Order: sequence, then C-alpha cells, then structure tokens
Amino acid sequence: MRIVLAKRETRSQIISTLVPIISFLVSLILGGIVLAFSKANPLDTYVYMFRGAFGNWMAFSETLVKAIPLMLTGLGVSLAFRIRFWNIGAEGQYVWGAIGTAWVMLYWQFLPVQALLPFSLLVGMTAGAIWAGIPAVMKAVWKVDETLTTLMLNYVAILFAEYLYYGPWRDPKGYGFPGSEPFPREAWLPRFLGRAHWGLFIAIIIAFILFFVLTRTKWGLEIQMIGKNPDAARCLGVNIKWGIIMVLLLSGALSGLAGGIEVAAIAHRLQKGIISGYGYTAIIIAWMSQLNPIAALFVAILMAGLLVGGDQLQMMIGLPAAMGLVIQGLLLFPLLAGTIFTEYKIRIKKTKEV
Amino acid sequence: MQLITTLLLVTIRAGTSLLYATLGEVYTERSGILNLGVEGMMMMGALTAFTVVYRTGNLLFGVLAAMLAGGCMALLHAFLSVSMRANQVVSGLSLTLFGTGFASYLGQRLGPAENSFNLTGLTGERFPIIKIPFLGDIPVLSAFLQQDVLTYLLYIIVPLAWFYLYRTRDGLSLRSVGENPRTAAAVGINVTKIRYTYTVLGGMLVGLGGAHLTLAYTPGWSENITGGRGWIVIALVIFSGWNPARAVFGAILFGGINAVQYRMQAAGTVIPASFLNMAPYLLTVIVLAAMTILSRKKKTSFSSPSALGTSFSIEDK
Repeated sequence: MRIVLAKRETRSQIISTLVPIISFLVSLILGGIVLAFSKANPLDTYVYMFRGAFGNWMAFSETLVKAIPLMLTGLGVSLAFRIRFWNIGAEGQYVWGAIGTAWVMLYWQFLPVQALLPFSLLVGMTAGAIWAGIPAVMKAVWKVDETLTTLMLNYVAILFAEYLYYGPWRDPKGYGFPGSEPFPREAWLPRFLGRAHWGLFIAIIIAFILFFVLTRTKWGLEIQMIGKNPDAARCLGVNIKWGIIMVLLLSGALSGLAGGIEVAAIAHRLQKGIISGYGYTAIIIAWMSQLNPIAALFVAILMAGLLVGGDQLQMMIGLPAAMGLVIQGLLLFPLLAGTIFTEYKIRIKKTKEV
Repeated sequence: MQLITTLLLVTIRAGTSLLYATLGEVYTERSGILNLGVEGMMMMGALTAFTVVYRTGNLLFGVLAAMLAGGCMALLHAFLSVSMRANQVVSGLSLTLFGTGFASYLGQRLGPAENSFNLTGLTGERFPIIKIPFLGDIPVLSAFLQQDVLTYLLYIIVPLAWFYLYRTRDGLSLRSVGENPRTAAAVGINVTKIRYTYTVLGGMLVGLGGAHLTLAYTPGWSENITGGRGWIVIALVIFSGWNPARAVFGAILFGGINAVQYRMQAAGTVIPASFLNMAPYLLTVIVLAAMTILSRKKKTSFSSPSALGTSFSIEDK
C-alpha cells in the first residue's frame, strides 16, 4: 500500500471552508490538553472564556474593542500575503500609525477641531504606509528578504515610540506616567457601545471595498496574478515592482489606520499600553481567513474573543491570560497540515510488484 | 588594552547563544528547509532549560531538556513542511507565535506556589565562568579563556561543523539536497530523511542557544528574554553565506554591538537608551541589504542553497 498525492486542478471550495473550522476545534482540543496539565477543567475553562468574551453586551463590546485593530491589521497583512510578500511588520506599521495620529492630535491643534480627527488618521495611515514602503522598495528594487526587514523594523518602531512617550512627548502633568498629554476631547473617535467605537464600521466598509477591488477590478486581478504566477504576470506586461510597492503601501496604511484609530478612540494619547501584539495576531487572521477580506472580519472577532476570554481567565480563576495566545498559536498547525487536502487528492494505491 | 579585553569578553558571552542558534539554522537551511521559528524555539529552549535546572539543580539536564524542546518543535516544522508540504514561511512563523505564547504561559505556571507559580525573579544554578590558568592572564587572548563551558564547547563544535559540512560524504549529501533535491534523489539520497534529520538537529542547537541565555548569559527567566535574537539569527545565517565558520564573525559582530551598547549605557551617553537599543535591529536591515545587493549578480560562496524553502516530492514533475 502506498499513499499517492495528486495535485487538484482547482482548490476544493468545500474543504477550504472546512479546514479552518476543523483547525479551530483541533486547537481547542490541544489547548484543552495544556489546561488539563495545568490542573484546570478544560470544558469549564472554555465556558469561562466564552462568557468572558461574548457572555453579555459589555463583554462583547470589549471583544469588539480588540477586534477592530485586529480586523484592520488582518486586512493589511492579508493584502501583502496575496502577493506572497511576507509582511510581518504590521506591529511596527500599527505603532507608526499611532505615532502619526498622536503627532497631529498633539501638535496641530491650530487646525479646526472638526478637521483634527480625519486629518490625524490620514497622517497615521501615511506613516504606516511609509514604514511598510521601506521594506517594499528594498524587496522590489534589490530583492532584499522582506520577512527580516519588516520584522526588524517593528523593534525600531516600538523603541522610537518608547523614546517619544518617555522623552519629548511625555505629559509634564502626568505624574511620571509614560504617556503623552491627552488629545483634545472633541477630536476623539466616538463610541457607541461600551468602549466599542466607530472604527468597527470603518473596518467593515474597508473590508467590503477590498473584496470588491480584489475580485472585480483589473488591478485586483493583476494582484492575484502577481501572487499566483509572477512569470505569467510579467509576460502580460504587469509591472511587478510597482505592484509590490503599491500593495505594501496599502497594507501599511491599513495597519497604520488601526494604530491611529486605537489612540483616537481608546487610549486618547500615545502611551505605553498601545503596543499590543495585534500585528502578530494579524498573521494568524490572514491565514485563517484564507486571505478573504470578509472572512477576516469574523476571524478577527474570534481572535479578539480568545484574547478577552484569556484576560477573564486570569481574573476569574487565576490562569495566565496568555492561554488565549497559546490557543491562537496552536491554530496555524492544523491549518497548515490541512492545506494538503485542499490542494491535493489523496489516494491509497496498492503497490504493484516490479 | 584592558577595555578591548573587557569588550571582547562581553562580546563572546553575548555571541554564544547567537552562534549556537546560527549553526543550527545553517544546517537546517542547508537541507533546503527554511525554519523561521528560531525565535520561538529559542524562547522554549530558554524556558525549559531554566525550569528543569530550577527543579533538579542539574545543569546538564537543563541543557538536554532545552535541546529536546527545540528538537520537538523543529520536528513539527519538518512534518508540516516536508510531509504535509505546507508553506515553510507560515509554518516557521507559527512556531514563533506558538513558542512565545506558550513560553509566556508556562512562565506564569511552572514556578513554585510561593512565587504564585511564576518563574520570573527566581534564581537557579548557572554555568560558572571558568578561567583557564596561565593563558587566561594574557591580555586580549584572556577574553576567550574566561568563559563558561558552553562557550568553550563552541571552540570545538564550530570547526567540526565546518569540517562535517564541507569535507565529509554526509556533508556533501546534505548540501546536495539543499541545492538540487531531484539530482540528490536520483543518486539514491533519501531527501525526506535528510531534511527531517537536519531540521531536528538544527532545532536542538537553537534550543541549546536558548539554554545559554537563561543558564549563563542573563541567568533566570524573564518574559521576552530572547528579545528578537531568533530573528537576528536568521540574518546571521544569510551573512555567513550558510557557512559555519563564517557564522563566527556575524555572532561576534552582533555580540559586540550588545557589549558596546551596554558599555555606553553604563557610561551614560547623551544618546537616549531607545536609540542605542535600535542599533542591532537597524544594523541587521542595513547589512542584509548590503549583502543582498553585493551577491545578487551571480552565484557566489555567499549564495543561498538553491532549493531553500521549496517542498520536494519524487512524484512531482
């Protein structure tokens, strides 16, 4: 007997929807084993986590608060992954978005107050786009490996933000707290449920626009082609260098917007707590959603639920909040193992004697 | 002279974990498997090493446990990228995400009850610094001879690793699998077996590098102890041109940055600490760009294994 793999002509739709769902269940089971070793009842723990994240409106609003930046960074990362550009720098782009937005909010207050919010978010997006643009240009022009450059720039961005809120931007009236002065109250991004804010609608609208652009426009199809078959794209006259740079500017802008919205709606200042790890969870979201913008919205809510549920765990039964991260980390393994079923047909053949 | 000796001393100490992990990843990538999980494997290595030593008081057990942890994670990567033909970039990233998350969880779980199950802030056995008599008093040279056992071990491992890769039959098979698995398979080399073996071996060395962090360099566990070292290792592999001997220079360069940075901070410079801390990350980006630009024209001794990051199967045409 011998296992034979045959490449499928097209990816199986049913299997590619099933695989993420099964992967999630598998990661819960594996997480359950970790919990059992920690002398916690896995089932009870999951019920706590679920209630903590979705049990009532307040809990759900906190989940949304975390889901909004995850949606935007997840969309940004998916976009870059579509052209097989491994942008793992969403964290740094997010931090630059926060810095750019804070800069306008703090130092451009001569602007009319109604203009402050939109303009500051625009500057935040630009800052994120530039931060993603650096590795994009290095890749497009000199073929410099992007996984390393995007990741290294995360550390640089985080250290620069630290320099700002510990140094020149620190609030003199802040009792030594590492953070800037608060933004003007009129320029805050409004909330609608608990701390959940309008960023949600911005993220949803962007996801639908992206879905449309990627599937229905010429540019979107070119992007698909650069990702799937760069040689064919080149033959058809697609400018690949420009494609990479444009996609990455957009990808960075989305992560930048996530950071900008976070400071404009939640923190209301540039402070220590804005560095969150959202940019890394975004990688999981991109892969779980199979790079589909609409699916990314739902996966982001799920991932946010794991984070909020993890926090609840710490408060309710004293298990480390990192349990949420453990389950997230476990997600990709079954997902990756499952890809083989979407791309190959598996047959078991009887070995013939030669 | 005293200053040079001190700087070199700290450089070597800081470079040890980097060099172990770089050697490991060089071997993995030579087989054609790209494992971006170094950061996660190092983190888990650091955690298991410290936990085991804290519990048993035996340094050897700690080192072995770290190698086991790194090896198991690498085995998972080998399974996904060789047998399941998964995307190696994403598989490596997941190892890093999982490793950092799991280490953070275990770090708050495996400690003693009186420290509320936390490992942070505890002290355990550590590798002592052994000074070689007589030779250890010669200026500059003494920097190499006042180190811990794990560092001394490297003085033997590096030449061996080089010799094995370039001067033995097994090393030749390994390199040919990374260059052209189809040809290698045609002459009867078992590509799958080689890729599994060296991915796991690489993971064990990466885990060992992590162990050096918690057992010698900065003894004790703290969250985020690796601080991006695993990623610097990925860059060091490229700088070394996938050559174990040249990996030494990269490890010394980056260990040296750590030493200088530490020195400058202690001396109290006008440059804010944040900017000093950026140095290794910025330097990685700059050197990486320079290396890529210099070696992109033709295949040189600095070029990557041709089949790096691609899956292979005999049935594929």
